[in-house]
Amino acid sequence: MPSFVNPEKCDGCKALDKTACQYICPNDLMVLNKETMKAYNREPEMCWECYNCVKICPTQAVDVRGYADFVPMGASVVPLRSTDSIMWTVKFRNGTIKRFKFPIRTTPEGQAQPAGGFGGAPSLDGPTLFTEPGSLGLPAVWMKA
Amino acid sequence: MQDFKTVEVETDLLILGGGMAACGAAVEAAYWAKEHGLRVAMVDKAAVDRSGAVAMGLSAINQYVGLKDGQNSIKDYVDYVRNDLMGVTREDLVANIARHVDSSVHLFEKWGLPIWKDEKGAYVHEGRWQLMINGESYKVVVAEAAKNAIGKENIYERVFVVGPIMDGERCVGAYGFSVRENTFYVFRAKAVLAAMGGAVHVFKPRSSGEGQGRAWYPPWNAGASAYFTLKAGAEMTCQEVRFIPVRFKDAYGPVGAWFLLFKSRATNGLGENYMETRKAELDNWAPYGHVKPVPANLRNYLMLLDVMAGKGPISMRTEEAIQKIAAAAGDQKAAKKKLKELESEAWEDFLDMTISQAILWAASNVSPEEQPSEIAAAEPYFIGSHSGASGAWVSGPEDLAPKDYFWGYENMSTVRGLFCAGDASGASSHKFSSGSHAEGRIAAKAAIRYIVKEKVAPAKVDQAEIERLKAEVLKPLRQFEEFKGATTQPDVNPNYIRPKMFQLRLQKLMDEYAGGVTSQFTTSDALLNRGLELLGLLKEDAEKLGAEDLHELMRCWENVHRMYQAEAHVRAILFREETRWPGYYFRTDKPKMDEKNWHVFVNCRLNPATNQWEMSKKPIIHSFVEQEQPVLAH
Ligand SMILES: Cc1cc2nc3c(=O)[nH]c(=O)nc-3n(C[C@H](O)[C@H](O)[C@H](O)COP(=O)(O)OP(=O)(O)OC[C@H]3O[C@@H](n4cnc5c(N)ncnc54)[C@H](O)[C@@H]3O)c2cc1C
Ligand code: SF4
Ligand code: SF4
Repeated sequence: MPSFVNPEKCDGCKALDKTACQYICPNDLMVLNKETMKAYNREPEMCWECYNCVKICPTQAVDVRGYADFVPMGASVVPLRSTDSIMWTVKFRNGTIKRFKFPIRTTPEGQAQPAGGFGGAPSLDGPTLFTEPGSLGLPAVWMKA
Repeated sequence: MQDFKTVEVETDLLILGGGMAACGAAVEAAYWAKEHGLRVAMVDKAAVDRSGAVAMGLSAINQYVGLKDGQNSIKDYVDYVRNDLMGVTREDLVANIARHVDSSVHLFEKWGLPIWKDEKGAYVHEGRWQLMINGESYKVVVAEAAKNAIGKENIYERVFVVGPIMDGERCVGAYGFSVRENTFYVFRAKAVLAAMGGAVHVFKPRSSGEGQGRAWYPPWNAGASAYFTLKAGAEMTCQEVRFIPVRFKDAYGPVGAWFLLFKSRATNGLGENYMETRKAELDNWAPYGHVKPVPANLRNYLMLLDVMAGKGPISMRTEEAIQKIAAAAGDQKAAKKKLKELESEAWEDFLDMTISQAILWAASNVSPEEQPSEIAAAEPYFIGSHSGASGAWVSGPEDLAPKDYFWGYENMSTVRGLFCAGDASGASSHKFSSGSHAEGRIAAKAAIRYIVKEKVAPAKVDQAEIERLKAEVLKPLRQFEEFKGATTQPDVNPNYIRPKMFQLRLQKLMDEYAGGVTSQFTTSDALLNRGLELLGLLKEDAEKLGAEDLHELMRCWENVHRMYQAEAHVRAILFREETRWPGYYFRTDKPKMDEKNWHVFVNCRLNPATNQWEMSKKPIIHSFVEQEQPVLAH
């Protein structure tokens, strides 16, 4: 059942304009059951365990249970993603717990500027891309002698 | 069946896909389009924030040349790629990407991607060309720049692209459908840039249950680029050059950091290192068997020989590697600190890009510093941006391409108005995430130049043709609706085949006849011909696909896409009468490499007028090595 939803925690994203897990799943697997107002994974055998539904769920209702056809039972890997870092809690089958925290981005969300502050005055002819040569850190684009 | 409305979108440059190459294309196109008063639109089957092969994140940037610090030259990169692909590479394309890739990497850093730095502020390398990153949000950051460049209102998410719209021999748009509402989409454009990734699940995966989704390559890239370019009538190249990664067994966690950064060895069940014990085998694949690093497919091959000899399991000696590095750190205290650091790096490698592997380790009580972990060869995939090379045959840049490889605009396929990048363009492998982004930029700039210089007129689209395409796209829904009452169990019905079974049928035949996992990647002329017969029957049955809802309709078309990728592949391996990449596939009837006759590209085209496949040899022109130009053999 790769990703699965805890019915006690899922509120169907009632307060949001779209169902978060359904919006993000790259494989169109998460769907909201309109009767129960709970989400579920409609094709567990097509799940990549990419955790995007887990990371985005506002109520932490989604979890992943390792592929039953080769993963022994009893482990869990749970992320908590903030705006600049992610914290992972890894629970082993034998009960060992490990925690890891990693940075995820260095800029405020939404702020990525396409030109990255680089500029040149390139022409539509020739190989120079719009941020070049600045973004290369070179005086000019390399050309074959 | 419910009514489907048709929505027509008109734009100037249409970008298909929302992955690394497409996001690069969007950023670049936005600038030039603004200068010239043009419009840009992007279409993705998923949400651009988390779509494509980088949806989960990555732990390394695999292509960085380091030109500004004089670390490597363009020629160094071309040499590396050519050797890894056993000589079969478009050097002009590889060089073009290599001269721009650092530019994309520097932008990623500005946009907010954390790239590891050492005490002196220099990038930390995983290997010669690879940089270590904290890449959980790699795709989010890259997508954000693309969105900010072209504007959210020009991005169509959850629209599945089915195929091309043509105006005579010119590609002028695409058609598809929304997977959220009953809408058929028609996009009209002056130029189209295809970047819908490669293909997975063409071959049977090793797992048979839930774990089927855990292919190394993401289950959502299903051959749309190959289908689109083939149907447009574009010439394709290297369709035989599949990729089989060796990864941690079952969950397919990455091994790059282990081999390159931690300098780990892999050994067989007897504790032997096949790279040493089977070294002599490399002589049979000279000159490529003698280059450093040993080409990926040959490393696979040496391992497979051990596996076939019953010498498994094969293990990555993580414990050995970690203990060695920790011991080298100095006294006990320093070693302990180092061990902690390495442990965290090892887990991050998985948590950033293959979380399943972390689950598998935890579920099996694996501590990498204490015990080794199994590795294995995955099933074959089509990913022209990685260590495979399948994709469209595209024009090189004016200043680098030999005249046979140049027809006006970088990355334009042999069909006017159709540009390709990333996994969609062939014979330019090892571009990975960063090079795909750079190539998307190159292609987008060329596409805008094409529109401006050729004063491309808006497309004429035949309305009757649109109606025909719409009926064809929706046919599986109609079929299901019409016949579902004929049995009490909708899965079993003599009138239609549901996409899941259709996919399993394709995978079974590819596995058994075209050299998949269960046939240990071996095939032959006779097997391939039998495979083609079975593919022919499957193609007829594709007319009988049935879909219950929009999600299943998408699954139907994904599998039609895969089927075309499969046929191009089978025809290309059949045409190339040799074995050149023994660790990717092995032809038992032609077990040797034949430099004299087959130092060439194998190209193919599905002729739209006749619907016949046309196979051809194209010369490999080396512009970065001083060696005799090989003659095109006939
Ligand atoms: C498991 C794995 C690990 C990798 N590790 C690394 C690494 O460590 N470092 C590195 O640099 N590179 C790595 N790569 C390579 C890198 O991910 C690819 O080279 C890169 O993503 C290719 O870019 P692309 O744009 O061609 O395809 P993608 O980025 O995959 O994008 C394809 C896009 O097309 C869309 N699409 C597909 N079909 C349709 C359709 N029918 N209609 C509309 N849209 C569609 C998808 O939703 C997606 O947005 C890895 C790849 C894989 C699979
Ligand atoms: S883990 Fe990924 S593939 Fe699986 S349901 Fe969640 S978002 Fe979709
Ligand atoms: S995102 Fe979470 S709360 Fe919202 S529908 Fe999905 S599982 Fe339920």
